[in-house]
Amino acid sequence: MSDADSVTTPPSPPPAKPPWHDLARGRVARPGEWLVEKGIFAVSLTAIVMILLIFVFVGREALPILLGQADSAAARVQRILPPEDVDRMTPSELRAALGLSRRKFAARSLEEQKAALKEIYAVRAEADRNGAEAIPDKDSEVNTVGWRYLILPHQWTGYSRPEFIWQPVSQIQKFNVVPLLVGSLKVTLVAVLFALPLALGAALYVSQFASRRLRAWIKPAIEMLAGVPSVVLGFFALFVLAAALESVFAFQSRLNAFVAGIALGVAIIPVIFALAEEALSAVPRGYVEGALAVGASRWQAAWGVALPAAWPGVFAAVVLGFGRALGETMIVLMASGNAAILSWSLFDSSRTVTATIAAELGEVVFGGHHYRVLFLLGTLVLAVSFVANLVADGVMNRLRRRLASSS
Amino acid sequence: MSRVGPTLTALATGLILAMLALILGHVTVHGWSVVTWGFLSGGAEEGLFTVGRSGIFPMLFGTAARVILMTLLVIPAGVITAVYLNEYAPASGRLTRWVRGAVNHLAGVPSIVFGLFGLGFFIGFVGAGLDDWLRPGAVQPYWAGEGLLWASATLAVMTLPVVVVATEEALRAVPAGLREASLALGATRLQTIIRIVLPHSLSGILTGSILAIGRAAGEVVPLLFTGAALYVSRLPGSLNDKFMDLAYHVWVLCTQSPDIDQTKPLLYGTVLVLLGLTLSLNLVAVVIRARISRNPQATP
Amino acid sequence: MATTDLTNPSAVARRSPSGDADSPNAPLIEIEGLSLYYGPSAALRNITLSIPERLVTAFIGPSGCGKSTLLRCLNRLNDAVENVRIEGTVRIGGCDIYSPGVDVTELRKRVGMVFQKANPFPKSIYENIAYGLRVRGLRDRKLMDGIVERSLRSAALWDEVKDRLHASALGLSGGQQQRLCIARAIATRPEILLMDEPASALDPVATSKIEDLILALKQEFTIVIVTHNMQQAARISDYTAFLNQGELIEFNTTSRLFTNPAKQETEDYVTGRFG
Ligand SMILES: Nc1ncnc2c1ncn2[C@@H]1O[C@H](COP(=O)(O)OP(=O)(O)OP(=O)(O)O)[C@@H](O)[C@H]1O
Ligand SMILES: [Mg+2]
Repeated sequence: MSDADSVTTPPSPPPAKPPWHDLARGRVARPGEWLVEKGIFAVSLTAIVMILLIFVFVGREALPILLGQADSAAARVQRILPPEDVDRMTPSELRAALGLSRRKFAARSLEEQKAALKEIYAVRAEADRNGAEAIPDKDSEVNTVGWRYLILPHQWTGYSRPEFIWQPVSQIQKFNVVPLLVGSLKVTLVAVLFALPLALGAALYVSQFASRRLRAWIKPAIEMLAGVPSVVLGFFALFVLAAALESVFAFQSRLNAFVAGIALGVAIIPVIFALAEEALSAVPRGYVEGALAVGASRWQAAWGVALPAAWPGVFAAVVLGFGRALGETMIVLMASGNAAILSWSLFDSSRTVTATIAAELGEVVFGGHHYRVLFLLGTLVLAVSFVANLVADGVMNRLRRRLASSS
Repeated sequence: MSRVGPTLTALATGLILAMLALILGHVTVHGWSVVTWGFLSGGAEEGLFTVGRSGIFPMLFGTAARVILMTLLVIPAGVITAVYLNEYAPASGRLTRWVRGAVNHLAGVPSIVFGLFGLGFFIGFVGAGLDDWLRPGAVQPYWAGEGLLWASATLAVMTLPVVVVATEEALRAVPAGLREASLALGATRLQTIIRIVLPHSLSGILTGSILAIGRAAGEVVPLLFTGAALYVSRLPGSLNDKFMDLAYHVWVLCTQSPDIDQTKPLLYGTVLVLLGLTLSLNLVAVVIRARISRNPQATP
Repeated sequence: MATTDLTNPSAVARRSPSGDADSPNAPLIEIEGLSLYYGPSAALRNITLSIPERLVTAFIGPSGCGKSTLLRCLNRLNDAVENVRIEGTVRIGGCDIYSPGVDVTELRKRVGMVFQKANPFPKSIYENIAYGLRVRGLRDRKLMDGIVERSLRSAALWDEVKDRLHASALGLSGGQQQRLCIARAIATRPEILLMDEPASALDPVATSKIEDLILALKQEFTIVIVTHNMQQAARISDYTAFLNQGELIEFNTTSRLFTNPAKQETEDYVTGRFG
C-alpha cells in the first residue's frame, strides 16, 4: 500500500458511533477513580492533622500545669478515708482511688479491691503519723509547679535569699525555668550575632557581586553546610572549637554559652543566608541599575539601594534564624556545659531549655510533675518557633508580592 | 569604601566556606585511617569503646532500617500531598492555603518537639491504644514502647515538608501542554497524573526523597525518646525493637565514653562515616536538581 | 442564501449551514449565546454559531481575539483553568456538553485536539500514538501495532519514522512532531477534530503536508481549525468564522466570506488592511 493511497482514502469505514446523548452518564461515572481522588484528598490533610496533633499531644501533657491544676504539695499530703467510706464506694470510685486500669481492676473481685484500698490507707496513715513528727519542712507545703514558683524567685530552706532554682532531682523538686530561659537566650543571642554578619555578607556577595558561575558553586556549598548534622557540629564544638576558644579567651569553664553560641551560629548561617539571598535577589535589577546609572559605585548600589529594598527579608531571616537557634538541641546539649545556674555571663556554663528536655526526659516518671514541666518547656519552644515562622513567613510573602509587582 | 565593602562580603562568603572545609578536613584527616573494612563491618561484641575492635555495623544497620522505614512512610504521604496541592486544589482556595501553611510550619517545628511528639503521640497514645486493643491482658507493653517503627514514624512527620516541597517544585515544572495533551486524548485527571505528570517529575521526587533521607540520617534528637539505644546486643528484628544508630552513636561516644581521649579514634571514624553519608546524599540531590533546572525537558 | 444580521443570535441560529446548496451536511456542533470570562475580563461574548458535520470549519481573527478559547470550549479544556466562568450552551449532536451530568472524559474521547505548539509526550513515538488507546484500556499488542501504523500513515509520517518507532518522540523535527500529534489525536478515532493553528510553526513544505492531511481527514472527521493564515483558511475550509475581540463578527461559507463579506471589518481583515 502506497503512502499516497493511505492519505487520500480513509483506512476503514467508520464504525457506528454511539449517540452523543451517551455523554450524560451522571456525576460519578468512575467510582474507582472517585474513591482514589477522595483518598488523595484525605492524605493531603496529613500535614494539617500532624500540626494539630503536635500541638495537642505536646500541649496536653503540659496542660495541668498551664491551667494551674497540678499541685505537688497536694500529691504529698494524700487523702485518707476511714474503712466505712471505702465500703460505701461505687466500683468506679474505687477504681479511681486505686488508680487502676479497667483491665487490672477487673482482675480481682470487688471485695479484694476494697481490702487492698483499706490496706493502702492504713499504711499511709501510719506513715503520716511518723512523718509529721520527723520533718516539719515548710518547703513540702509549697506547690512547686505553681506558676509563682516556676517563674519568680523563692527563698527555699537553707538559702539566704530568694533565688531562681532549677533542681528537679531532689527531695523537694524545684522547677524555676528562669535559669533555662536565660541560658537559651544567651546562646541564641551569640548565635544570631555571630551568624548575621557572615550570612548577610555572603548573601550580599552572592546576589550583588558574584558572577553567575561563582554563584552556581557557592549556593550549593552553603546548602551543604546546612546538611552537616547538628550532632557533628556539636562534636566539633566540643572537641575543636572549645579548645581553640579556650586558648584565646581563657574561660573559667571550658564549655559555655559562648562556645555553644558560635557552633549554633554555624548551624543557622545557611538559614539566614537562604532567606536574605532570596530577598536580595528578588530586588528588581532596575533598582540597582538605576543607582549605577546615576554614578553610584556597585557597593553603594548594593548597600544603599538593594539592601534597604530587601530589608524585610533580612528581618525575616533573622527572626527565622532566631527561631531555629532557639529550637536547636544537640549542639547546645554538647557544648554549653549544662549547668542550670542563673548567670548572665556568656562565659559561664549554661543550660538551655531544649538541652534540659533532651537530658532529663529519659529519666522522669511518666506523667509525673517533672515530666509535665518538661512538656511545658517543649510547648514553649514550639510556640516560640511557630510564631517566629509565622512572622518570617508573613514578612517574606509581603516582600515577594511587593517586589514582584514593582519589577 | 567602594573597594572595602565588596571585599568584606567576599570575605564573609569565604569564611563560611572555610568553616565547611575546616569541619570536613579536620574530620577526614583524623578519621581516615580509622575507617577500615573491619570498622565498618564490626560490631560491639567486645564493647562499644574498644579501639581497634569495636565497629559500627549495627549502627549502620539501625540507621538504614529507620531511614528505609521512614522513606516508605513519608514518600507516599509527601508525594500525594504535593499532587493534591498542584493538580487538584484550587490555587487560591482556603484549604490549599492551610495545607501549604501546615507544611511550612511543620518544617519549622524544632526537632526536640518532634521527640516529645513521638513520645506523647506515637508511643503514649497510638502504641498504648494498640496494646489495649490487640493485646488486652498483657503486662509488658509491646507497641507502647520505644522502637524502630515509632522512631521512623516520628522522622517521617519531620521530613514530610522536604518531600512535599521538592515534589511540588517538580510538578510545577511539568509543561502545561503535556497535561492538556493527555486530557484532550480522553485520559482522566488521575490517568494523566499517573502516566504523564508523575513520570515526568520523577527526578524531582527523587531529589526530595534524598534530601529527606539525608536530613533524617543525621538527626538524633527525635530518636532520644522514641527508639535509639546506647547498646542492644541484637540487630533490630521487628518493628518494636530498639536499635543502635550511627548519629546517636556519635553522641554516645562523645558523652558516655569511659576515657574520651583514648576512644577518640572511634569517634572520628564514626563522625567521618556519618558526615560522608549525609553530605554525599546532599550532594547527589544538589546535582540532580541542577540538572533538572538546566534541562527540564530531558527528564524521562 | 443571503448573509443575515449576525449580531442577532436567533437569526444566526435559524441560518443553519445545512440548508446551504453546497453543503448537505447537518450541523453537529451548535454554540448558542456562549460567553467566557477569565476572572473579570470577557474573552468570548455571546457567540452563536453552528458547525456542520464532516466539513472543515475555520476560525480566523487577529491574535488574542479568542479563537483558541472558543476552540477549547468544544472539548471543555477550559474547565481546568482557574477562575473561568462560562455562560451559554454548546450542544454536540444535540447533547448539551456543559450540563452537569456530562462525563468530560467521555466527551474528550470523542472530540480530539491538536495544539498550536506540538506537545508530544517525552516517550517513544510508538507510545505517543498508543497513549490514547492505553487510557481506554486497550491491551492487545497486535491491534495496537496496526492502529499505530495506520495512524502514522494517515498523518503521512509512517515512512519517516517506521524504522525508529521506539525512539524518543522529542528527537523528531518540529513538523514531524506536529504530525505525530495529529496521528496521536486520530489514533483513537474521535468524531470531531479540533486543530489550533496546527501549522503555525512549520515551514511551507510541512504546512502543505498537513493541509493535504486535513483535506484527507475531512472524509471521516468533523474538523474545526484555528488559523492565522488567510490563504490556508481559503484553501482548506468549507466554512469560516471571523472573530474579533471575543465577538463573532461574521460566519459564512468560506468562499462567500472571502469574496463577498457582509461586514466592512471582515473585508478589512481578509484583505489585510486590518487595524
Ligand atoms: N488562562 C488564561 N487566563 C487569563 N486570560 C487568558 C487565558 N487564556 C487566554 N486569555 C486571554 O483571553 C483572550 C483570548 O485568548 P486566546 O488564546 O483565545 O486568543 P487567540 O485568538 O487564540 O490568539 P492567538 O492567535 O494569539 O493564539 C486573550 O486576551 C488572552 O489574553
Ligand atoms: Mg491561540
